[in-house]
Amino acid sequence: MKQTLAQKLVARAAGRSAVTPGEIATCKVDLAMMHDSGGPRRVKPLLERLGAKVWDPSKVVVITDHYLPEYDDESRKILRIARDWVREAGIDNFYDAQGICHVVLPERGHLRPGMFAVGGDSHSPTGGAFAAYMFGIGATEMLGVLVTGEIWLKVPHTIAMDFDGTLSRGVTAKDVMLFLIGRFGMDGGQYQAVEYRGSAIRQLPMQERMTLCNMTAELGGQTGLIASDDVTRDYLKADIERWDSDADAALAAHHRFDAAELQPQVAAPHSPANTRPVTDFQQKIDLAYIGACTGAKLADLRMAASVLRGRKAKSKLIVAPASLRDQQAAEREGTLQVLLDAGAELLANSCGMCAGYGQHQLGENTVAISTTARNFQGRMGAASAQVYLASPYTVAASAVAGHIADPRGMLR
Amino acid sequence: VKAWVFGDNVDTDVIVPGRYMKFGIDEIARHCMESAAPDFARSVKKGDVVVAGRNFGAGSSREQAPEALKHLGVSALVAESFAGLFYRNAINLGLPAVVCAQAKRIRPGDDLELDPASGRLANRTTGEELRCEPIPEFLLQLIRDGGLVPHLEKRLRTTS
Repeated sequence: MKQTLAQKLVARAAGRSAVTPGEIATCKVDLAMMHDSGGPRRVKPLLERLGAKVWDPSKVVVITDHYLPEYDDESRKILRIARDWVREAGIDNFYDAQGICHVVLPERGHLRPGMFAVGGDSHSPTGGAFAAYMFGIGATEMLGVLVTGEIWLKVPHTIAMDFDGTLSRGVTAKDVMLFLIGRFGMDGGQYQAVEYRGSAIRQLPMQERMTLCNMTAELGGQTGLIASDDVTRDYLKADIERWDSDADAALAAHHRFDAAELQPQVAAPHSPANTRPVTDFQQKIDLAYIGACTGAKLADLRMAASVLRGRKAKSKLIVAPASLRDQQAAEREGTLQVLLDAGAELLANSCGMCAGYGQHQLGENTVAISTTARNFQGRMGAASAQVYLASPYTVAASAVAGHIADPRGMLR
Repeated sequence: VKAWVFGDNVDTDVIVPGRYMKFGIDEIARHCMESAAPDFARSVKKGDVVVAGRNFGAGSSREQAPEALKHLGVSALVAESFAGLFYRNAINLGLPAVVCAQAKRIRPGDDLELDPASGRLANRTTGEELRCEPIPEFLLQLIRDGGLVPHLEKRLRTTS
């Protein structure tokens, strides 16, 4: 039977030679990732209630990112529970204040093509960029995985998004996703597997592929997948298995696009599906935010720097690099200095303003443009705040102009 | 029981805003739906049903979203469709989530009678019968046990 990449990954985890879309499969979990918010503080009391232990501590990764930096009694307590619990539970894979979980996980070599993984966060499909089946689950379901090492799923159909040709200069993975979410809606993925294909995708570096798969969450897919290739191998610096769909495997839908035609995209408040080309916008802004797993990796910081080099931000500009390692790399190569010279204020390597959990929040009526994934009303602070989503190029160009601006004439 | 009606793409930041996630469920539930229906948390009665359009629960994995609804006494969710992650969270907490293509025919305050197992939904206010998709049997078992945690408790008891 011809199978999609998603079917092959699920079949392997289910111990089967093949699976059929729509059937229920029980899969063995190769890796379970949690962060401080949905992780230890919620699963620890449930494990105690059951009197159960973690099925295999070597397969669990805990990363703190939501409540960092600690700023009050509640956040200090949440972080303390995480730090104490990993010791009690014997979990060695613990990354404290190293950056956002979706970026830190592959950066520290935990993902490999062929794996079946779950994450206690909705942006867990990021792992699909490595040809691993990875999806987000809630805390109770995570408890089930921690106790049994297994999880059920309905074998997904695959929706293929095929981008031929090459993306134009100044057009990024973020623009691809905002375009797709605008085109198909926040439930366009139908909780199935979305597979990104085509020459434009193959040309993307790993961190851009991560942005694609990350925002499969906003497209409504269970996971986003990209076949493993030399780009995957070079990022992981390891021998890897090659996982790809069979050429003629059945698809639920196959959408083809000419990558060269895509323009920079902007999503207006309050939905990532509220997307139009950047040239439709002139909106004045108060704040430009470059942060989050989907918008402040090293590749994203470099994009911002290519616009900001030798320029000053007219609006307030805040940068929260997605991981400590990426920030250190940006510092070594001079990228970070470009951002600081443009007037950027630096925040910690954490989820920062994106999730609205921390001390930095948008004030009443603030108009912001942001590299984050979601502009739901009230998410980043006041319900009256207006958040526009765009690529790091577009956010940087808008910071310089003081209003939403097309970055294509400003790249250096 | 009374219907509370919401629109399409109601996201988890509307159901339970992120800035309250650091607190316990009592405090989180007090702010449930506050930007969409400021009186919801105060006025919702035990047994009431939340009705919505497409893609209810889009966004975060935070299971405090269905947990807050259940905490306030909501007995079931009826929507044209649910975001997949939210749907799993609701079922895992023992909160029935029923897919009903005709959900938009329900008006705020309508008196509903719902049997999640069969997918039978009667609107006593209008006298209409609405077609819903029955919840699959293996998920009904989870709901009957009260959610995944009691279900696991049962399973661990029987295997030990």
